[in-house]
Amino acid sequence: MSLLEIKDLSVTFGGLHALKDLNFHVEEGEIVGVIGPNGAGKTTFFNMISGMVTPTSGEILFEGESMIGLDPNQVTQRGISRTFQNVRLFANMTILENVMVAQHCRTNKGVWGSLFNTAAFRQEEKEIREHGEKVLGFFGTRLIGYRLEQPASVLSYANRRRLEIARAMATKPRLLLLDEPVAGMNPMESAELTDLIGKLRSEWGFTIVMIEHDMDVVRDVSDRVVVLDHGETLAQGSFDEVSSNPEVIEAYLGRPLEKRK
Amino acid sequence: MTATTVSNSGSANEPLSIDAVSKGAFDFDMRAALTSGLILALSLVFIALCGIPEGLNERLLIKPVLSLGYLSLLWLPLLFGWLSGNETVLEGMVATKKGARDIVRGLFVGLIGGLGLSLLTVLMDAFDLRDPLVNWSPATEEVLQFSRSIGFGVIAWPVLGAILGAFGAALHVMPEKIRKAVMAGLGTVLSFAIFATFIVDVADFLDDLLYARRGGLKWGWAIALFVIGAGASFLGGGRKISEMKSSYQAATGPAKRQQTTTLILLSLAALIIIPLITGKITQELFANIGIFLLLALGLNIVVGLAGILDLGYVAFFAVGGYTTAVLTSPNRGPDFEGFPTLPWWGALLVTIIIAGLVGLFIGAPVIRMRGDYLAIVTLGFGEIIRLLFLSDWLNGWFNGAQGITNVPPADFGFFSVKGTDPRSVFYLVLFFAAISIYVSWRLERSRLGRAWMAIREDESVAEAMGINTVNMKLMAFVVGAVLASFSGAIFAAKVGSIFPTSFLILVSVIILVVVIVGGMGNIMGIIVGSVVLIGVLGGPKQPGLLAEFSEYKLLIYGALLVVMMLKRPEGLVPNARRSRELHQDEFLQDAWLKGEVDTDDDMVDPSTGGEGTVAPA
Repeated sequence: MSLLEIKDLSVTFGGLHALKDLNFHVEEGEIVGVIGPNGAGKTTFFNMISGMVTPTSGEILFEGESMIGLDPNQVTQRGISRTFQNVRLFANMTILENVMVAQHCRTNKGVWGSLFNTAAFRQEEKEIREHGEKVLGFFGTRLIGYRLEQPASVLSYANRRRLEIARAMATKPRLLLLDEPVAGMNPMESAELTDLIGKLRSEWGFTIVMIEHDMDVVRDVSDRVVVLDHGETLAQGSFDEVSSNPEVIEAYLGRPLEKRK
Repeated sequence: MTATTVSNSGSANEPLSIDAVSKGAFDFDMRAALTSGLILALSLVFIALCGIPEGLNERLLIKPVLSLGYLSLLWLPLLFGWLSGNETVLEGMVATKKGARDIVRGLFVGLIGGLGLSLLTVLMDAFDLRDPLVNWSPATEEVLQFSRSIGFGVIAWPVLGAILGAFGAALHVMPEKIRKAVMAGLGTVLSFAIFATFIVDVADFLDDLLYARRGGLKWGWAIALFVIGAGASFLGGGRKISEMKSSYQAATGPAKRQQTTTLILLSLAALIIIPLITGKITQELFANIGIFLLLALGLNIVVGLAGILDLGYVAFFAVGGYTTAVLTSPNRGPDFEGFPTLPWWGALLVTIIIAGLVGLFIGAPVIRMRGDYLAIVTLGFGEIIRLLFLSDWLNGWFNGAQGITNVPPADFGFFSVKGTDPRSVFYLVLFFAAISIYVSWRLERSRLGRAWMAIREDESVAEAMGINTVNMKLMAFVVGAVLASFSGAIFAAKVGSIFPTSFLILVSVIILVVVIVGGMGNIMGIIVGSVVLIGVLGGPKQPGLLAEFSEYKLLIYGALLVVMMLKRPEGLVPNARRSRELHQDEFLQDAWLKGEVDTDDDMVDPSTGGEGTVAPA
């Protein structure tokens, strides 16, 4: 059984088919790259898996159970977490709080615990904090130390992207959806992040689906690549297969002039 | 964190010792001064036409010379004179030396303002516009003419304006020590004069000593008080306090915790002892502040923490008041015939449960909306609840417009809380305020508080990060409702009767203003907000220290809100997070100067790295 299986998924906004009869599956422990030209429906695809958009028809199965109709928070609770293409941190919360709040659905102490400061409450807070620091520690010293208590808004662009990944990791997911994780990073930084994405699988055991435009990153890290265009699957397979597929080249670069006639 | 502080911290790193230059006495921006003078003139004419000087002329502050009515005009030229000398000095710009130039400018501004009143005096004599402007009256004219002649008024206003404007500006020129002393002296005199009733209430032996028989400080004592205030400041009284404050702020860890505990215990002791020695007026004032503090603390959880703009918060106050009244009073609606009356504390338990349920009931449909829509719907629900209590349909329960009278005092055996004994009300309020503060403080620092913060920052991302936003927002709503119901229950026992007119939309607005002006999301701010607004200006129907201004209360509330939104949108005692949000540019600049901002790690690509550091979120 695949970890995530998507069957005949369609979504229409008015008359526009953002996605059309999409079939897709991810096996446990895989890293899948999703590529495609702008407007191909990649982010809609993520929004649909994470419950922010309800599909018009089709089925999404996660660990064999249907995800259709779940709210985003329930999807996260089931074990799918995501980052956003345009980084959306809680900018005025501290870096530590950003990863602490992401563990909300994995913890359960409520009003009574916090009012009476019970031993169980203190224990849970301690665990939340420790897990948060552990997740931040994944990125070396960049997000820990004196940074823990700083607001997320002081971070550089690259560090904001890292913090967003850390926040997604903090929800303890099984499947991680990364929306353009290296966008806006320089080549050194994106090479480093590519390594880290590999480690997310090898050390943390996450299965990863990643939207990315940087082909070097896609090549280096993906087991399998899916190409979307106009809401449909154009091709899938290994990076080499896909990158030599004439249809894919056409979708990215356009048709040679003489063929157009 | 203004531009000025940025320049200060910047110059510490790399001394930019550009000497301040002095300029000629008339070398200032005439146009700007003229604008500010005209604004001053308009404000003065507006206040005069509101009838404030005339209405408050009977209230003497300093026996023969100054009444509250004149003060309501005279403080403005002083303020504008001071403001005209304010200059923002930015990094790298040359500061101007303070001197004759500032005084001349202040004088000019005050003069124009005074001319505005002269013009009004003349016009009042020449035309009769009483029809649209009710205060265009002989009484106002009399005040504007200083009870002498029109000529005297026409000349006196510009002269007074110019003198006060120049004096306001001169405050910039004085050495800091003298300026502080002058301010302290003036402050002492004016507070003794304005808050006379309060001061006499606290220490009634001062009545004959300081004040003349028909009100107003004796002028000899006015001078003495000025000297005392100024002297105390000059000898360093103010410095001690600010030293203590900065040492408290600098402390960290267990030392800070210890200091905080001491501070809390001391203020608690003070709050218990003060009502024992003061008179009824002060006790009543404290009780009113406390009732509104309770409401504001509840609303702070809803608005300040969870970011739900609730404009109908009075609904829960009403539910608390009515439930308690219905359960305790024998004069409730006829449909409750034969239902036993409960003691106050028994009714309180039921009230809490009912308020929580009403919170859920109102919250459930409202909470799925966001932003403006939510605010409008809560506004509607606030009115619906009041109209239900007023309606014929529920007349059998709540007696409609007649309300419920004869609500008995809250009896605890050893002491009973009733309106005629405001001290007992205050102690009860203090107890519940302590509970509310504790609840707010604990919740803010818990898993729930973090989730509320995240919802306030970005609701859809919070949901994507696994927070059940609907449940969390409902919880904030219910906690807020329960805290408001405490206040309602105490209000019922205090006033002894409950009418629908006690729960107008105005109450919601005033509580919201308390929260905003005090500092949204900060408990200390809420306390300061309640003391300043409810204590000084008064609640919707409750008089404050400035009881004379009660007629103009809403005008002042409005003006204050506008000024705060322009000058200090984060409130008097801001929440750190909130001021960061509102002043993000300055904050990032400060952080950058302190070297705390990322300069994008190890390998910076100079073409993009610099950009990344200040990119908006």
